[in-house]
Amino acid sequence: MHDDKDTQGHGLAEGSQELSRHKSANVDTILSAGLGLKPLHFEQALAAPADGLWFEVHPENYMVDGGPRLAWLEAIRERHPVSLHGVAASLAADAAPDPAHVARLAALAGRLEPVLVSEHLAWSTWGDVYHPDLLPFPRSNEALLRIAGNIERLQDALRRKIAIENPSHYLHIEGHEYDEIDFLEELVRRTGCALLLDVNNVFVSARNLGASAQAYIDAFPAAAVAEIHLAGHSPDPAFGERLLVDSHDAPVAPLVWQLYERLIARIGPRPTLIERDDKLPAFEVLLAERARADTVLRAPRRIAA
Amino acid sequence: MRLARFQDSFAAALLVPEPATGPPGLASQPGFAVYRNTVMKGCIDALQANYPAVARLAGDEWFRAAAADYARASLPRHPSLLDYGADFAEFLSGFAPAAELPYLADVARLDRCWTEAHAARDETPVAAAAVAGLSRDELGRTALRPHASARWAWFAERPGYSLWRRNRVAADEAAAALTPIEWHGEGALVLRPHATVEHLELDAAGCAFLDACAAGRDLATAALEALDCNPHADLSRLMQRLLEAGAFAEMTTT
Repeated sequence: MHDDKDTQGHGLAEGSQELSRHKSANVDTILSAGLGLKPLHFEQALAAPADGLWFEVHPENYMVDGGPRLAWLEAIRERHPVSLHGVAASLAADAAPDPAHVARLAALAGRLEPVLVSEHLAWSTWGDVYHPDLLPFPRSNEALLRIAGNIERLQDALRRKIAIENPSHYLHIEGHEYDEIDFLEELVRRTGCALLLDVNNVFVSARNLGASAQAYIDAFPAAAVAEIHLAGHSPDPAFGERLLVDSHDAPVAPLVWQLYERLIARIGPRPTLIERDDKLPAFEVLLAERARADTVLRAPRRIAA
Repeated sequence: MRLARFQDSFAAALLVPEPATGPPGLASQPGFAVYRNTVMKGCIDALQANYPAVARLAGDEWFRAAAADYARASLPRHPSLLDYGADFAEFLSGFAPAAELPYLADVARLDRCWTEAHAARDETPVAAAAVAGLSRDELGRTALRPHASARWAWFAERPGYSLWRRNRVAADEAAAALTPIEWHGEGALVLRPHATVEHLELDAAGCAFLDACAAGRDLATAALEALDCNPHADLSRLMQRLLEAGAFAEMTTT
């Protein structure tokens, strides 16, 4: 029986017991574990076996007028589902997203018909400067109203739901009026958006802020999770293990795998991405990491009573 | 603290190595440096990706220090980092530590040409045969618009193209060890007529010819401007090379 209806309106994963099914002229597959895609690996990605495999890119790297990069991505898209994971909409800035950026994102999404679209609970553009990072803010009522409005603008422009990702934290910030999960749940309630749960971010943030990663994973609203991210982190060069950096330059850590298995046991399988942005290993190494997530997702599990 | 004020002070503190100000209690936490480092690394990595020949020629350490100086003065204006550092060549030509390496700015200019050609709009080049069918008279009244991806540059004092090639094209590295570079003015055309970026040497007359074409002049006028630059320029060979390279995308005869 499958009565876990789409009450949060996420619409991306088909309820908590199934991986989402993606259909198009060329692709009819279950989204299982996916990989972040880098130009270096285009050839191998194109040839990779397609069973449940999907790829995710940062749309900002494909906002070009033409050329081989876009052509490659379109070729990949013919073979595999593609997800767009934005890093620059700056939804948490106290300003509307740049209309030119939103228009380019919408044009790219129209061209690629991505299976998932996501963004971050963070800001990066402020004034006329783009900071290539995901910056924090106090989770106030004021911020909630602003961000909900910004998510709605983006969803309206794309004419689809997007998933919002929990960020990595490095700072104790004064002025939070919500804890993060309540804040995300409130955004889901107000905008109908989905959530992207980055398990590594949970681990890194919990370590840096002295909180419990397990408690966060256990409390995260299952029904809203449309996608999961797994990535590697590294200790800060100056402060070591006391300050972990969400560097995406290493394999997924054993404790992050444990949290992931715990999460999947509770909420059921969801499309899961292995993210690697720096110190790229051979494609086979990434495929092996991806296979591990795939195994977790496909493991038989008891249906919760 | 209001969200906008928080963002004002946070953004300002990101740019100062040891901020005395910033959001209360934030800039003094060890974690603040993670944001500052990530922003700076993002800018420097983007510049290194966009200017690989400069980085190779100058060395990693020199390049990243120069890129950090550039980034502190001009953070990205928009999120498409492919476009970041569009004026890096100008920055290098005014950069005191590069005063004895004036060719770095030339190499930067061709790296930028490559990036622009790579990401330009796709369009079909004019076939050489289409032009071959014109009478001499029609040819003079014909205007050829350069291909959307075509970028060219002339370096009057230095062999900018050879220096760039040897630091950008892997196959040219071995050749570089064997043949010395001749120190004279040199230019290049960089373009992407189809799927891959291509480039060829172009002299001052060739660059003047393309400048005239880009300004919408007919071929008779463009030819005069090229000859103005070099009275001995071989224009029919120039036309042939440009057409074979796919340098034009639109032909109008009036």
